[in-house]
Amino acid sequence: MGKYVCKRLGMALLTLLIITFLLFLLVRIMPGNPFPSERMSAEQIANKRAEMGLDDPILTQFIRYMGNVLQGDFGKGTSLYNGAPIRTVLSTAISNSFRIGGVAILLGTLVGLALGITAALNKGRFLDGFCTVFSILGVCVPSYVFLIFLQYTFSFRIPFFPYFFDPTRFAFSSVIPAVSLSLFTMSTIARFTRNEMVEVFDSDYVRLAEAKGMYGRNLVMKHVLRNALIPIVTVLAPLVVDLLTGALVVEKIYGINGIGKLMVDAIAGEGIDYNYVLALGILYSALYIGIMLVVDLLYGVLDPRIRVASKGEEA
Amino acid sequence: MAKKELQLQAPAAPYVPVKEDFVLLTKRDIHTDTNFASQSYWKGVFTHFFKNRRAVVGLVIITVILLLALFGPLMNGFGYRDIVQYRNEKNKRVVAKGISPQIPAIHRLLTGEEPEGNFADYTFLFGTDDLGRDLWTRTWYGARVSLLIAFVTIIIDMIIGMSYGLISGYFGGAVDQVMQRFVEIANSVPRLVIVSVLAIFMPKGMGLVIVALLLTEWIGMSKIARAEMLKIKEQEYVLASRTLGARNGHIIFKEILPNTIGPIITQVMFSIPTAIFTEAFLSFVGVGIVLPQCSVGTLIEDGFNNITTLPYQILPPIIVLALLMLGFNFIGDGLREALAPKLEDM
Amino acid sequence: MSEAPKTILDIRNLDISFKTNAGIVHAIRGVNIDLCKGETVAIVGESGSGKSVTMKAAMGLLDSNATVNSGEILYTYTDDHGREQTVDLLKMPKKQLRQQINGQRIAMVFQDPMTSLDPTMTIGKQIMEGMFLHKNMSREAAKARAIELLNLVGIPDAEKRFRNYPHQLSGGMRQRVVIAIALSADPDILICDEPTTALDVTIQARILELIMDIQKKMKLSVIYITHDLGVVAKVADYVDVMYAGKIVEVGNVNEIFYEPKHPYTWGLLSAMPDLDTEDDRLYSIPGSPPNLLHEPKGDAFAARNQFALAIDEKADPPLFQVSRTHFAATWLLHPDAPKIEMPRELQDRLERARKEVEKYL
Repeated sequence: MGKYVCKRLGMALLTLLIITFLLFLLVRIMPGNPFPSERMSAEQIANKRAEMGLDDPILTQFIRYMGNVLQGDFGKGTSLYNGAPIRTVLSTAISNSFRIGGVAILLGTLVGLALGITAALNKGRFLDGFCTVFSILGVCVPSYVFLIFLQYTFSFRIPFFPYFFDPTRFAFSSVIPAVSLSLFTMSTIARFTRNEMVEVFDSDYVRLAEAKGMYGRNLVMKHVLRNALIPIVTVLAPLVVDLLTGALVVEKIYGINGIGKLMVDAIAGEGIDYNYVLALGILYSALYIGIMLVVDLLYGVLDPRIRVASKGEEA
Repeated sequence: MAKKELQLQAPAAPYVPVKEDFVLLTKRDIHTDTNFASQSYWKGVFTHFFKNRRAVVGLVIITVILLLALFGPLMNGFGYRDIVQYRNEKNKRVVAKGISPQIPAIHRLLTGEEPEGNFADYTFLFGTDDLGRDLWTRTWYGARVSLLIAFVTIIIDMIIGMSYGLISGYFGGAVDQVMQRFVEIANSVPRLVIVSVLAIFMPKGMGLVIVALLLTEWIGMSKIARAEMLKIKEQEYVLASRTLGARNGHIIFKEILPNTIGPIITQVMFSIPTAIFTEAFLSFVGVGIVLPQCSVGTLIEDGFNNITTLPYQILPPIIVLALLMLGFNFIGDGLREALAPKLEDM
Repeated sequence: MSEAPKTILDIRNLDISFKTNAGIVHAIRGVNIDLCKGETVAIVGESGSGKSVTMKAAMGLLDSNATVNSGEILYTYTDDHGREQTVDLLKMPKKQLRQQINGQRIAMVFQDPMTSLDPTMTIGKQIMEGMFLHKNMSREAAKARAIELLNLVGIPDAEKRFRNYPHQLSGGMRQRVVIAIALSADPDILICDEPTTALDVTIQARILELIMDIQKKMKLSVIYITHDLGVVAKVADYVDVMYAGKIVEVGNVNEIFYEPKHPYTWGLLSAMPDLDTEDDRLYSIPGSPPNLLHEPKGDAFAARNQFALAIDEKADPPLFQVSRTHFAATWLLHPDAPKIEMPRELQDRLERARKEVEKYL
């Protein structure tokens, strides 16, 4: 098990390093003035470039950049926020995004599980049909559409929630974005849980447990749930990623200063802020790879077929 | 030996046999199996698919939207970027700004009166936007653009992904190792990051959306193609073909590819809505389709910008988007079930 | 003379249909089977003949789309107070069936050991579950008993295996575990649904011997569901031949193997591989079993029967009695029917087999 974890961790770090290098390469070989916000002569620019080490071999530059990144220094923005240090901007953004996104994931997973389990236990009856319709709706409509709908209804027509995000009332004003972000997760998990459970109910080992004399709650708790829930861990990773993507628009619409809005500002504005693109690219890749790693390891812990495999070989 | 007695109540036979019944039936063909005769694979898939109510609903939805996307913009005289206007008696421009959905024919039918006011005798099924453009035309034109992007990219992705997966799976060994490492790394780059890097190199617009989709969607296809290849390449007929001296290319593309087509088409049906979703998302964010072009995504964005003044404007593109997602997902589900039907356990 | 053995399980006139997307499938069409204490009955037939469904009905394991149209499954047992009780398993509520019958009185071994164990639970836990449910045992006692059972079914290193997960065991070992689970609450009846089909031939024989051995030790009554006549010859006292949801021939093992009367049984016997046959082609019954979505008129086997009579297409034959224990549902046994004997080759084969057996007696 320890060997397995180390191997996975090593792979993940290597992948991240490769991606970071590629990103760095792509962003740095871009033609154009890296200092669009400052008026300088050609000579001044050349001096500045040399001073910043932009004329060094790309590998040297990369190693220097990585050294800074590891100390939390991503440099300064080229056009965004008047060149404020990316680190400061980013830390607020991360905190905002993670708090709202975390609530959304938690809400989506818990309600989704509850819905899916209820549907599977009532297979073919009204509740099952309701859950199916709900999950189809949730998968077919993007989260920002839900947000627009909720914002229009509960902030504009019935002005209960704030129309835009208000950091001074964090919890209250995260309700609408968190709920709209959670719906996709919720419906995917509900659908997946239901189908997994129905499949497990049809399995031979549940048949055997019934033949043993197990029924009802006992049967569901001991044999059905565990087997049905393990694979759900695998959909969590893509769901988190979808949520990150959805958060882009949701944060933009609702005016939340999060990493999603930062990304939109960095690429969709008039000029593109290369340093932000690079920093956010590294951040998103690290997040993505980290989530996949965690899910992989979690799956290994939950499923004895993976957990005990190495032990079996040694024995 | 144990003794055992059976008490069997023979059911009251309604038929009383006569002597002539007890002759051997001769000249019958008992060697042809009529139970399983004449059921080709694809015929089975089709019957199974069309018995699935949801799949048929999905097919109907997609067909209707496709037809409307093709012919909808032609159904009235307005162009997708035309501003509906006329000059009044004082030679002043009167523009059909922000007219909510109206059908004069129904108005006449219900009230028996001619509708009054500017543009009152125009039919605007979905209304007009804040600039005075007809939303019916724009909605279907936008749907056409979104569908076109989705189809083009997914078909190219299918070709790339399938070739990649089939080759990787067929050769196995070191080739497979290297190719799979590459997939692993490519798969670890979030789509958002790819889009943001692309935004540095490319102008915003349709091209960026297509390239972003091309770079990401082939991975899923290649995984499925590889899995199918691994399953099929061990089968006897492939071995037979190889023993007969067929070349690798022939085996991969002539012998194996046709047998992987089912799962691939299913994957295509799930990828198309992803592509539409992504296009809408990118256009909404502002790196996709640019004005005055329109797609489902820009229409939703337009609607959102005017939501407080013209709330009806956002509904048509959202409904079209949701129906597209629904339709393709239903078709995909139906195909998947039809390709691997569960045997009735007896 | 020992006294006549008591009937312990008595299936009467069972009739089951399934609602499928394609329509209603009439899978079981009036089945009668009985099992006496301590004996072994084998139910033989091709796939889809309804063998498993019949036994699943007795276990209350029918799929939700199944309907029992008529019939009863009478189970006779001695209750905790030593009184003899007879219950109809079909009328029992599911909950009561699980609490009082399944596992504790009637246990089942399934076909595929690779899928019938819960992959997320150690085998020890899976064996002990039945004991906790029915015997109220303490953990220590249950563990001791589970290890005893693992030893009984021939699993070496039982103490260590107790903590293993199913994927750490081979197919044959897993089937032994499934048998141990079935035995965990001391049942009266063991239903084995093709217990060896998914296993290697060499392991098949060992599993069969294991079941027979345990049957003797624990005085079990056993029902085998199988399509393998080799298994039947080895283990069964009585044989029910099933075809298209009906019992077409029933008798003790000698009657079925040496004096079969139903053309379907002839077909099954001819299809058994045999080293001595001169014919180098392996016989198989032509065609396939009828689709019970469209219930055939008359005898369901007529379409595949080279000895079919005109009446076979008009009416279903009743069971004709051949001897006290031997019955067959074929019009060939009607007094008016032409005298048709089993095919020559089969006769020779059976004769050879009989001599072979006598040599060893």
